[in-house]
Amino acid sequence: MTVAITAGLLVFGAVYLMMKREMLRVILGFILLGHAGNIVLMAAGGTSRRDLPYGSPEDLSTIADPLPQAFVLTAIVIAFSITIVMLVLAVTGNDDDDTAATAQEVQE
Amino acid sequence: MSAALLPLFVAVPLMMAALLVIVGDRRVIHTVGLLGTMIAAVGAAVALVIEFRSGGAIAHGISSWPFGIAIPFVADMFTALMLVVTGLLTIVCSWFAIASGRAANVYFAPLVLVLTAGVNGALLTADLFNLFVFIEVMLLPSYGLFVLAARHKGTLQQVAGARLYVTLNLLTSTVFLIGVGFIYGTAGTVNLAELAGLATTDPTVAISGAVCLFALAIKASVVPVHGWLAAAYPATSPAITALFSGLHTKVAIYGIYRIYAVVFDGDSRWLWIGVTLFCLTMVIGVLGAVGEKTTRSILAFHMISQIGYILLGVALFTFAGLTAGIFYLLHHMIVKASLFLSTGAVEVRYGTGEIGKLSGIAKREPVIAVAFFIAALSLAGLPPFSGFVAKFTLILASVEAGQIAAVVVMLLVSLVTLLSMLKIWNGVFWGDSKASNSDDDAPAVPAAPSPSGGVATKQAPVSSATAVAEWPRIGMALAGPAVFTAAITLGLGLGAELLLGLSAVAAEGLLDTTAYVQAVMGS
Repeated sequence: MTVAITAGLLVFGAVYLMMKREMLRVILGFILLGHAGNIVLMAAGGTSRRDLPYGSPEDLSTIADPLPQAFVLTAIVIAFSITIVMLVLAVTGNDDDDTAATAQEVQE
Repeated sequence: MSAALLPLFVAVPLMMAALLVIVGDRRVIHTVGLLGTMIAAVGAAVALVIEFRSGGAIAHGISSWPFGIAIPFVADMFTALMLVVTGLLTIVCSWFAIASGRAANVYFAPLVLVLTAGVNGALLTADLFNLFVFIEVMLLPSYGLFVLAARHKGTLQQVAGARLYVTLNLLTSTVFLIGVGFIYGTAGTVNLAELAGLATTDPTVAISGAVCLFALAIKASVVPVHGWLAAAYPATSPAITALFSGLHTKVAIYGIYRIYAVVFDGDSRWLWIGVTLFCLTMVIGVLGAVGEKTTRSILAFHMISQIGYILLGVALFTFAGLTAGIFYLLHHMIVKASLFLSTGAVEVRYGTGEIGKLSGIAKREPVIAVAFFIAALSLAGLPPFSGFVAKFTLILASVEAGQIAAVVVMLLVSLVTLLSMLKIWNGVFWGDSKASNSDDDAPAVPAAPSPSGGVATKQAPVSSATAVAEWPRIGMALAGPAVFTAAITLGLGLGAELLLGLSAVAAEGLLDTTAYVQAVMGS
């Protein structure tokens, strides 16, 4: 349950931030959303019925599923790189990072 | 072809991209490396098509790990056909980019090669998480290509478009990733072969699969999540718009076809949702184009409309429907690229694609005008071009499936499509070249061919009465890609039998996924 609530809260924050005009807030929203996605992936491995992913468990059948952790690792790296791309786009162009201007307005 | 060679579709472009970055700014090596790799990929894909001419599939687990652990790469007729056409389009668009000076940036060729690796990987993989990774591999170079320009030549429009494009794609990818997480949580696997048919028996898997399909539908710009495409695509340069239109949305469509065929096993319970949404997509896309003022934004809205047609094939999920849908998909990729490239050539040379600012291009550029005309008629679905065959088979399939409302929508939308194409024709190609009466407005010196279409607009604002006679004409190198793709659509229209036969084999593979699943299981 904790995992589900955490993911829900993160999505809540993400959606709130993405409704904002400034690119930087949108990016922060995406960071939260990315974390929510990662938590969902972790939960998919069955956090409720398995042990910790480290240490030396007595029973190998309850050891944490390594596949979702590999998924999360990959997803974190990808999200990180795209966050950097977005940060660059936020500081490129005009002095502000207002995203509301349409392509036509920008051209004029 | 041996199944063990499939990973080379991804590995070779990636290696070549790295090599070209190391080599540095040497134009000739870059051009040869890019086109050589792409021609080799298309050749290999054609070999696959020949191998699958009577059905079947081959698969390979990467590094020969046992099934269940390895990432499987699998190819059947549908994959092979997509590999051929995406490869062909990449060649044509790179050719256009080189001719229009867009490829002058040292990172152009490497980025296109990484994009190719991503597209090929997404088409070949039989693992949903791996599909997510390859879609990301495809998107990251796209972000670079979107804003790519010569030094100090980038435009604010590009940045605004790229912000939208990146945020939208990241949102979609995250939703897809969450969907994959749900699938792993409910089914315990993300391997397509193990997931085969699971969504028909287990509703939780069906809901998880629907999240993935929803994400792919955003990427394919299905109504009601279509708005981003028409806003983002016209913001970059013509060559890149053509390239993206041929690759990105189409990979998403391929994903929808594949996932619905394998995971949902063509479940007839949900098909009505597809039929409704895709008919709406057709109508809203084509109506959106009415209000647009530039050639590329009109074409972008038409793309949305056409995506409705393509996806209707999967929403019918009959043999005839899938055959028509796959034929439509392949035809559309070529025709859309042709339209973007012919209007793009005009935009690159004359500095604007705005309707009404140019006229009489047909007289000065008969070759481009004919290429545009052929592709436009093909898009609207007139014989003897491939669009006619595509629409005709799709309408027959809808009648057979009893979707008469869809047939009516298709016919009406075709009519509006034709009107829209005439709008571009009248606004850009037809009329007098107003050379004689506008000497004051004409730029004294024709602006040099600009590396990015948008810049020329700014530096030399084209007045309402442009003296097109002052500008250098479109050379053969720039016109070539549009003419080449227009010739393909004519060829596919006259010799439709060949591609229809191949599409039928591909549709067979989607209806009965046994060969696909067996191949992955045995890899």
